[in-house]
Amino acid sequence: MSDLVSESRLKASFKDSGIAALITLALSFMLIGMRTEISIGGLAVDYRWAAVAITVVVVFAGRMLLNMYVWRPETPRTVTFRTVLLGLSILAALVIFYLVDRFLGAVAGLSPARAIESNDWLWILLLLALAVVAAIVATALLGLAEKRAAPTGPGAAASIKAGLAPLGKWLPLALGLLAVAVPFILIEWLGSRGSRQYLDLAILVLTYIMLGWGLNIVVGLAGLLDLGYVAFYAVGAYSFALLSQYFGLGFWMCLPLAGILAACWGMILGYPVLRLRGDYLAIVTLAFGEIIRVILLNWYDFTGGPDGISGIPRPTLFGIEFDRGDDGFAALFGLQYSSIHRIIFLYYVILAMALVTNFVTMRLRRLPVGRAWEALREDEIACRSLGINTTNTKLSAFATGAMFGGFAGSFFATRQGFISPESFTFIESAVILAIVVLGGLGSQIGVVIAAVVMIGGFEFFRDLQEYRMLVFGLLMVIIMVWKPRGLISTRKPTIGLKRRTGISADMVQEGQG
Amino acid sequence: MDYFLQQLINGVTLGSIYGLIAIGYTMVYGIIGMINFAHGDIFMVGSFLALIMVVAFGVTAAMPLTLLILVLLGILVVAMVLTSVWGWTVERLAYRPLRGSFRLAPLITAIGMSITLQNFVQLSQGARNKPVQPLISGGFTLMGGDGSDGSFVVQLSYLQILIIVVTTVLMIGFTMLINKTSLGRAQRACEQDRKMASLIGVNVDRTISLTFVMGAALAAVAGLMFLLYYGVIDFYIGFLAGVKAFTAAVLGGIGSLPGAMLGGLLIGLIETFWSGYFSVEYKDVAAFSILAIVLIFLPEGLLGKPEVEKV
Repeated sequence: MSDLVSESRLKASFKDSGIAALITLALSFMLIGMRTEISIGGLAVDYRWAAVAITVVVVFAGRMLLNMYVWRPETPRTVTFRTVLLGLSILAALVIFYLVDRFLGAVAGLSPARAIESNDWLWILLLLALAVVAAIVATALLGLAEKRAAPTGPGAAASIKAGLAPLGKWLPLALGLLAVAVPFILIEWLGSRGSRQYLDLAILVLTYIMLGWGLNIVVGLAGLLDLGYVAFYAVGAYSFALLSQYFGLGFWMCLPLAGILAACWGMILGYPVLRLRGDYLAIVTLAFGEIIRVILLNWYDFTGGPDGISGIPRPTLFGIEFDRGDDGFAALFGLQYSSIHRIIFLYYVILAMALVTNFVTMRLRRLPVGRAWEALREDEIACRSLGINTTNTKLSAFATGAMFGGFAGSFFATRQGFISPESFTFIESAVILAIVVLGGLGSQIGVVIAAVVMIGGFEFFRDLQEYRMLVFGLLMVIIMVWKPRGLISTRKPTIGLKRRTGISADMVQEGQG
Repeated sequence: MDYFLQQLINGVTLGSIYGLIAIGYTMVYGIIGMINFAHGDIFMVGSFLALIMVVAFGVTAAMPLTLLILVLLGILVVAMVLTSVWGWTVERLAYRPLRGSFRLAPLITAIGMSITLQNFVQLSQGARNKPVQPLISGGFTLMGGDGSDGSFVVQLSYLQILIIVVTTVLMIGFTMLINKTSLGRAQRACEQDRKMASLIGVNVDRTISLTFVMGAALAAVAGLMFLLYYGVIDFYIGFLAGVKAFTAAVLGGIGSLPGAMLGGLLIGLIETFWSGYFSVEYKDVAAFSILAIVLIFLPEGLLGKPEVEKV
């Protein structure tokens, strides 16, 4: 293996990594090494050189590894590629080990929750076995992908895709069934008390999936970058909260109203700005999002300002409330009252709403307007010369996306029972955008995976909560640089001529692919 | 009248700071046509670097004046250099690999970079406000005497003079750099036609990197000024300042240097007068609304060239 690593290669890698380490030193020695802390009589500096040293060493080592094993297109991927494979497999195994350890331990009700701490050799053996299997499977899959890729060259990706096609067909159905079954599985395993937190998490994830799907119409299908999507979420939430506060309307009455209002706002905002170029549009939507938030924050008499609105009514099942009373859900159905009923109900409400969003999007993609969105995304000028009214097309995408944002917002309000402008900051927009971007612009299943991984990941690594936004910003950059089309990139148009022509890399680079 | 004059002075000072940040936006947009969303956070990093040095060197107002000025100058230079390294790194990591990718890709990485920088500083320096004692106090009283008779006092502080003077000098220097030196010529060439520029021997990558470096250096100056003027910073200042500076760049005509300065001044004045005469709570709404209005009705800005759409 060592003969593959030529001496000049080593030298070059060493030099490159050294430069990277030096730059890291320049970047970090003050910001990391000298922390300003408030002390008596103003600020004082707390020196932390060890942290700087660790950062520099990590960057050097990481860059060295990348130089030696990843960025070497000129050598054939033989032994070294296997090494990388092995490394990846070990990594996959470690991740799976950790996940299974944390999750299965909790599910099986072990105490302490983590299997590895339980000193139960059977569990540890099982974990190890699972990890080894995962490693072998990962190696085999990656190796297979490589083998398939090797002879066909550029068409390799297609052959892998073809291999995965049946998976793509059944995955949504399987996921849907799983989603329907989740509350019962959780309750069966953890009891109604233990499952509550996981159900809450599932509701949160579904909310983000719905928001992601809504934004996907705007960003993924129509190719309009919307940085203020949270504004429509806020409009939906506040519409419901205010309507219920001032007119005493219930959730089901307000849900369509909130959607309509959000769509109207989408049109009011969209009409003047949609003739702007892509990046200007992004900034204007950002500004609009902030304006809405600042107004909500300062219009104290109407919106309650920073105090927000509380006492928002809960949703009912055809008028049946989920409370302890005689005509409550539990009493009517002869069940023993439990607060979990309402959580489960909320779960199914958001699941249904999300599925409706998905369904509508999938159908819209087959309508002329959906085709026009995709065409617009690919080439606006061509669209215009073909007689598509670009303003109306953009507007319809914007309003549809906004409507789903409004629906999700009103669900958010009814779930929380309390809303304040705090929940609608720019970061929220960025999270939703990241879900869409990381999942692959325009891919419905990608949004699901990205939302589950990201929102679930946030909760999972709660101990590392302060690092999560940092990691998340970095991921946005890395994934965009590494795979600009997103992790699951199905940006192919919904419809095409019989003969699929490959889009060359040049076209993609010019933004036409 | 005297209230108006005071607001005018404050507005010009604020506008100078915005103008310095706006140059970074406008130059980058001019040369590669992207909105460097992370520029506001580069400004924040510059401000933090200045803060760390001010605290580490124990700079106080009690120092002898000449020493104070020398130390501040030294801090300014070091902050400019280090912030430039940040600007260069951001460009190298997040934008250069995406050159020639589809149009929204660099904007998305820019947002990612902005989030990363904010959270990096929040983690490494803490989320709390960082206050410093005023370093340069005192000033001229232009109107209203010592205020003992209850009349409104119009003051022009030394700090305001310093900010306005430094900004003016830097802007003149910058205009010369762009108009007179070979680097400026290379920049203008890249702006017009990147492919052609590279054919006639302009190192395009290097020129773009230098543009980011210069923008970051000016943002660092703005960062130090902001720190001295407001006396308190936190990791989040970059977002608002960035949006306002971007508004300034758009208002002046994005891609145009004098436009950025003019736009900065206007935004500073509008913001000060808005909070002076209408409401402080809605001053950010004013800035955002101006951005939206300008983009909708005057997308080429005051001094910009109308953009021709090419197939």
